[in-house]
Amino acid sequence: MSRGILFDSTRCIGCGACSAACKEQNGLPPRIEERTTAYTWTVVERRGGANVRRLCMHCLTPTCASVCPVGAMKRTAAGPVVYDSKLCIGCRYCIMACPFEVPKYEWDRPIPLVGKCVMCAPRVAAGQAVACAVVCPTRATVFGEREALVREARERIASEPARYVDHVYGLDEAGGTSVLLLSGVPFARLGLPGGLPREPLPTLTWQVLSQLPDIVMVAAVSLFGVHWITSRRVEVRRSEGPDAPVEPPSGAPRDERPGP
Amino acid sequence: MSAAHGVPRRRPRIGFWTAVFFAVLAVFLFVTVLRFTRGLGATTNLSDRVPWGLWIGFDILCGVGLAAGAFTIMAVVHLFHLRRFEPIVRPTVLTGFLGYLFVVFALLFDLGQPWRIWHALVFWNPHSVMFEVAWCVMLYTTVLTLEFVPLVLERFGFERARRILHGVNTPLVVVGVLLSTLHQSSLGSLYLIVPQKLHPLWYSPMLPLLFYVSAIGAGLGMIIVESHLSGRAFGRKLEMDLLEPLGRAMVVVLAVFGVLRLQSLARSGALPLALQPTYEGRMFLIEFGLGVVLPVALLAWPRIRNSSTGLVTGAAFAVLGFIMHRLDVSVTGLERASGTHYAPTWMEVMVSVGLVAIGFAAFALAVRFLPVFPVQGHAPAGGSAPARRRGAESAGGEP
Repeated sequence: MSRGILFDSTRCIGCGACSAACKEQNGLPPRIEERTTAYTWTVVERRGGANVRRLCMHCLTPTCASVCPVGAMKRTAAGPVVYDSKLCIGCRYCIMACPFEVPKYEWDRPIPLVGKCVMCAPRVAAGQAVACAVVCPTRATVFGEREALVREARERIASEPARYVDHVYGLDEAGGTSVLLLSGVPFARLGLPGGLPREPLPTLTWQVLSQLPDIVMVAAVSLFGVHWITSRRVEVRRSEGPDAPVEPPSGAPRDERPGP
Repeated sequence: MSAAHGVPRRRPRIGFWTAVFFAVLAVFLFVTVLRFTRGLGATTNLSDRVPWGLWIGFDILCGVGLAAGAFTIMAVVHLFHLRRFEPIVRPTVLTGFLGYLFVVFALLFDLGQPWRIWHALVFWNPHSVMFEVAWCVMLYTTVLTLEFVPLVLERFGFERARRILHGVNTPLVVVGVLLSTLHQSSLGSLYLIVPQKLHPLWYSPMLPLLFYVSAIGAGLGMIIVESHLSGRAFGRKLEMDLLEPLGRAMVVVLAVFGVLRLQSLARSGALPLALQPTYEGRMFLIEFGLGVVLPVALLAWPRIRNSSTGLVTGAAFAVLGFIMHRLDVSVTGLERASGTHYAPTWMEVMVSVGLVAIGFAAFALAVRFLPVFPVQGHAPAGGSAPARRRGAESAGGEP
C-alpha cells in the first residue's frame, strides 16, 4: 500500500513549522527561503487569500523518474519519489520536465545536486509519519495511506461543501499524486498548474520510444535492401561496356597520387 | 613531411583570423576555468525556472542537427549508390565528426557533474529519451570516428587497416543512418513531455518527425555553406554540379518540413496564434518566413540555385531558420510558462563561440594535413596546379 500526504489549505495557519521540521529532518541549512529551493524543500506561500504548502507532489507515475537518463529519480513502492545523488549527472531534465516545478538545483555550488522533498523516505520506510505532518499544529498536513486520505478528503468536502472547492487536487492530475490538496479557493489561484492531463505525462514519450525497436528493424532491412538493389544497378551499368560511366570504387578518393 | 593533399601548403603566418581565433581561445579558456570553479549559477543565466539555455538549445540541439549532413550523404553515396557525390563525402564526414565532438564537449560544460557522463552507460533508464539520445550520440560518434579514421590511415599509409574498415563500410553506414534517425528525432521527443510548458506554436506530437526532417534539411544546407566557406579559405571552386542537386533536394526537404509544421499547427488549432501580435507569434513568423518560405522560394528558382551566391544564400537562410526553430523550441517557447525571459550571459556565449572556433580550426588543420578534398581539375602529380596556387594567395586565412 502506498502512503501519501493530505494538505488542507483551509486549516493551514501559515506558521511554517513544517518547513522548520523538514530542514531539521533532512539536514538542510536552517534559513527558510521564500520559495522552495534546493535547500528549502517545503514552504508555506500566501496565495489567493489562502495558505498553500509547496512540496513535491510524489506522482504515482513521476515525470522526473521517467526522464532521468540514469534513473537517479525513483518512485518507491511505499510512495515517496526519491533522489539518488550518487547517480545524478546534472542534466537537469527533471527540473525542465516536472509539471509541478518541484526539483531545484544547487546553482551556487561548483558541484551541484538536485534538491527536492523526498517524503521523509527513511522515516516512511521505518513506519513513521513524515516530519512535516508530525509537527503541524492544526493537522492541516496529515500522513497516511493514500486510499484512506482520498476517502478522508472526500468526506471533508461532503460534510462542509461551503468550505471547500469540490475537487481533490492530485487525485488524477498527471496520472495522480501521493500528495493531495484541499482548498477553499480555486486551485489555479494557489499557483497550482491547471489543465494537466489525466494520463501520466511519461505516456507521451513512451508512445514514441516503445515503437523504436520496430522502426529500427524495418529501417535496417530497408537500407540493406536499397544498398543491394542499387549496387546491382551499378554492376549492370559497369558490365555494359567501357563507354558506360565508371563509378569510382567506394571509399577510395579520386585523387590517387603517390604518397610522400 | 610535405603532404599537400589537394590543398597548397602555406607557411604559418599570423593572419587576421588566426589572431581572432587565439583571442577567442584565450577568453574561452578563461571562462572554462570560471565555469568549473564557480559553478553554473555564477557563469550562466540558468535558474530553476530556466534549467536549459544556450548550451542545450544551440550547442546540443543545433550541433547535432547541423552535423546531419554526414549520415545523409553517406546514405546517398554508399546505400543509394549515387557515386557522383563521392567528392563531398570526406569534407562532410569531417564536418560531422567535428560536429559531434563539439556536442560532446559542450555537454561537458552543461552537465552539473560532467565526470559522471559515463553513468548513462551503466545505470540504465530505457524510459528516458535522454538515455536513448546519450547512447545513440555515443555510438554514432564512434561510427563517425570509424568513418573519419580512413583519412588518417590513408595519409600514413596503413593500407591493411584501411582495407579492413573499407570491408565493413556498408554495415557501418547502415548503423550510422539508423543511429542518426533515432537520436535526431529523439531530440524532438525530449520536449514531448512538456505539453503544458511549451507554447502551442512549437509543441506538437510530431516533434520527433519535425526534428528529423529539419535535421536533414539543415545537414544539406551545411554541406553547401561549408563548401562555400572552405572554398574561400582554401581557394577552391564551388562544385556547383554537385551542390546544385543538393539545393534541389533542400527545396523538397524544407517544403516537406513546412507542410508538416503547418499541418501539426492546424491539427492542434494553434495556427491562428501565429497571426496574433504576440512575442511568440512574431518569433514564429520570422522563423518560418526566413527559415522555410524564403529558402524554398530562393532555391526553387533555377537562376538563383545555379548561381553560387544564390545557392549559398538560400542554404544559409535554411540553416539560420533551422537554428531559430530549435532555439524557439528550447528557449522562446518555454519562456511564457517559466514566467521569465532568458538571455545567455557573455560567458555562456563565449563557451559556444569558443567551441565553434576550435571546430573551425580543427577543420582547417585536418584539411591541411589529411586527404580531405579531392584535387580539382587535372592537376599534375606534383600538386602545383595554377588554380591551387592562386587559391593560396587569395586565401588570407580561415573564412
